Amino acid sequence: MQIVQLLIYLILFPLIAAVFLLFAKKGFERGWIVKLSALGIGAVSLWLLVAGFDKGLITYSVSGRIFDLAMLIIELVIAAYLLWLGLRHKKYSVVILVLIQAALLIWFEASFGHTIVELPNNLFFDQFSIIMALIIGIIGSLICVYALGYMETYHEHHKDIADRRGMFFFVLFVFLSAMFGLVFSNNLMWILFFWEITTFCSFILIGYSQTEEATNNAFLALAMNMLGGVAFVAALIYIATLDPSGRLLELGALLSSGYAIAIVPAVLICFAGLTKAAQMPFSSWLVGAMVAPTPVSALLHSSTMVKAGVYIIVRFAPVLSGTTEGMMIAMVGGVTFLLTSCMAISQSNAKKVLAYSTIANLGLIVACAGVGTYNLMWVAILLIIFHAIAKSLLFLCVGTVEHRIGSRDIEDMGGLIERMPKLAIMMFIGMAGMFLAPFGMIISKWAAIEAFIQAPFGLIFIIILAFGGSATLFFWSKWMGKIISVMRHQENVEHSIRQEKWVVLWILTGLVVIVALIFPLISSALIEPFIMQIYGHTTRLSEANITIMLLMMGLLIIMPFSMLFQSKTPKIAPPYMGGMTTVGDMKYIGSAGVSRNLVLSNYYLRNYFGEERLFMPGTLACWGLILIAFIMVAGVIL
Amino acid sequence: MIPEPWTPFVNAIIYLLLAPVVGGLVAGIDRKVTARMQGRVGPPLLQPFYDVGKLFEKENLVVTTTQNFYVLSYLVFMAVSGALFFSGGDMLLVIFAFTLSHIFLVLGAYASYSPYSHVGAERELIQIIAYEPMIIITAVGMYMVTKSFYVGTIVQSPIPIVLYLPGVFIGYLIVLTIKLRKSPFDLSTSHHAHQELVKGVTTDFAGPNLGKLEIAHWYEYVFLLGVVYLFFAWNPILAIAAIIIAYFLEILIDNTTSRVKWQMTLRSAWLVAGTLGIINLGVLYYLRMVVVP
Repeated sequence: MQIVQLLIYLILFPLIAAVFLLFAKKGFERGWIVKLSALGIGAVSLWLLVAGFDKGLITYSVSGRIFDLAMLIIELVIAAYLLWLGLRHKKYSVVILVLIQAALLIWFEASFGHTIVELPNNLFFDQFSIIMALIIGIIGSLICVYALGYMETYHEHHKDIADRRGMFFFVLFVFLSAMFGLVFSNNLMWILFFWEITTFCSFILIGYSQTEEATNNAFLALAMNMLGGVAFVAALIYIATLDPSGRLLELGALLSSGYAIAIVPAVLICFAGLTKAAQMPFSSWLVGAMVAPTPVSALLHSSTMVKAGVYIIVRFAPVLSGTTEGMMIAMVGGVTFLLTSCMAISQSNAKKVLAYSTIANLGLIVACAGVGTYNLMWVAILLIIFHAIAKSLLFLCVGTVEHRIGSRDIEDMGGLIERMPKLAIMMFIGMAGMFLAPFGMIISKWAAIEAFIQAPFGLIFIIILAFGGSATLFFWSKWMGKIISVMRHQENVEHSIRQEKWVVLWILTGLVVIVALIFPLISSALIEPFIMQIYGHTTRLSEANITIMLLMMGLLIIMPFSMLFQSKTPKIAPPYMGGMTTVGDMKYIGSAGVSRNLVLSNYYLRNYFGEERLFMPGTLACWGLILIAFIMVAGVIL
Repeated sequence: MIPEPWTPFVNAIIYLLLAPVVGGLVAGIDRKVTARMQGRVGPPLLQPFYDVGKLFEKENLVVTTTQNFYVLSYLVFMAVSGALFFSGGDMLLVIFAFTLSHIFLVLGAYASYSPYSHVGAERELIQIIAYEPMIIITAVGMYMVTKSFYVGTIVQSPIPIVLYLPGVFIGYLIVLTIKLRKSPFDLSTSHHAHQELVKGVTTDFAGPNLGKLEIAHWYEYVFLLGVVYLFFAWNPILAIAAIIIAYFLEILIDNTTSRVKWQMTLRSAWLVAGTLGIINLGVLYYLRMVVVP
């Protein structure tokens, strides 16, 4: 079987599954379709890895005319639908953006439709595509499987929300299909099409519950992403004006066409990437997206949507490298990383903390890609991998916890280690994956420091990393502390979690550990050849350091076994409460002999790191940076 | 002579064996000098060893058995990060291992649901985020001077590092005050009796666990003073003198200042890292990258 067939399979198969899911009425049928499709998608992603990891860049010619037309029609249908929704909900910003985009598209088609030759290579594939395909195919489909059980419980808990699960799973799988399309397309018009599909899917999914808040946040996400979409279309028009035959509409051709030609579309498309990756000033859509059912958040944050944003920026990194425009985009990422890491400290809503942490990590990826030297590109890809795994695990854990304890507030997660021991350990590992040595994200942070120091103006980013990194440490550690604190004896409420959820959670937990162990292998098999092909030289961590990391990981794995060698009858004492005023069982005596429970709460330092304090400066700074990039681009055009 | 490839391992083993002895002696001298400053005679030099020895004879009383795990991990990873440092390893890796060990200490304090150790844990975290940027800036500064993150290379460099990094050095001394748990930054736990948080982060550790914590602190002392050595590595005698003066200064500051609030700690540490550290690195960067590329 040829690789091109695998690519087409991965794009079309989720689509077919989606259609079946739309019509599957019984939960039983739906369950089987989702599980089997997930298996099919995951297995083929792995097959793609086995078949293609040593192939390098390959392009494929797939006859495109029919697809081009179909895509245009679908885009216009979606535009019409959004127009109608926008008018009905009185969201005029969306209406205007839809009209602008549709007008631009029609104009593009009218003025260049006849001049653009049929592009020879519509699909392509290289090692970076394999990495993205694995993330989408494995993590994405695991999340879909998890969603089965989650949505059932969700509707038991929320009787008032209309059960539209058929549509829900349909959109989930369309989403996966669009993501595969996005990472395999070489034709920028195709990329735009899939890009818009992901925007549309996320809009539907965020608004799933149809409450006022969900609808508003869905429209916010839509508006911000459509702004990026408009920039994307503008990039296409610019490219077509340069070369009406449209040969530069091939991603590969554009990337190798040099600064003078590529920088304008690069900045416009990276602007679209910034909106999709929820960088400041567009961070609010991703924070608002947490109203969606948790599997949606997990999907948006880990394997789809935001990853499409950073994917495209990483693709354009070679063009951005060494340019002032690239530096501005990198600075947007840097400022976003620093400020959202700090804002995460001030949040007690678990999903909001996760959202800010996602935005921060994407910011770091954007910073790496914007500076765009070869070793930073290496870091950016590594970050994409590690972040996808750990973040999906954390979202699914929070979703499960929320259904058992009825709250997503970190303050209510005290003593989770007693109430839900297995889940608490998984969360623990997921968080360790986000900020502790020798797990994934810290490896990336380390490599990023070593790479930035050799890059022009890298010192700015090192300082940002030093401060933002310690903020990261603070909010993860206090959350960790909350779940492991041992309180009054509490019931174990873990037993009612369904088997398939456990399977998904265990696989993801395993992946967090395994990927941290085998990342040198991933690097040498996939990332390094990819970097080599673009820059002609590559990077890796030194072997001595890798050995030390592996030893540390080994030590971390065996440390918990030290607990087996403890005395069988440990001498347990109550925690120290201050003596006189306590009555045992963690209670204090209040006035008039009332006994009061001890309640402990974490620090949130809102006066220092509150949203209200940091959000506006960050938004203004990032708008300023984007404006500078645009002004420079305008200079190139004129 | 030891064959060349083995020196890192030998150094690491020497550190693992001797650091507690040196660290304990430093603690003993610290107590003696502190006592003299306060007009007391002070305990014998070896008192820290007697104390820890006695702790290990006591029963291991815990709130939850997981505490044993956290304390052991704290000790082990503290020893690991020090051993990595003295075997000439990568400074950044050393810092990350060092942070990891502290997270275990914080988790150990969180694990017992005591209000005192809880507040201690939160404050310990604030201390960590207060000093961490400065420590990373220190490592980066040493890289910019010596072109290496490896302690083994930095220590052999003939360049007088401190002359290139005066701001970073002062910044490091200030966060050293936090790390050595000295006033005015002894928020999370303290060696002084004026700790109003009972014993902060260590409130619910007793017996052997408290003993392990002490040993971990000794390992930590030696590592932290080792970083001071690096600034003066081109001249070992000067380096030793610098360590002694630096430590004496820390004791002096400890005994002449009163504790500040956590807000002040965080603000002053970040301000120092943000001004002294960044200006120093910025000037160096400008000279290295722009003037003499």
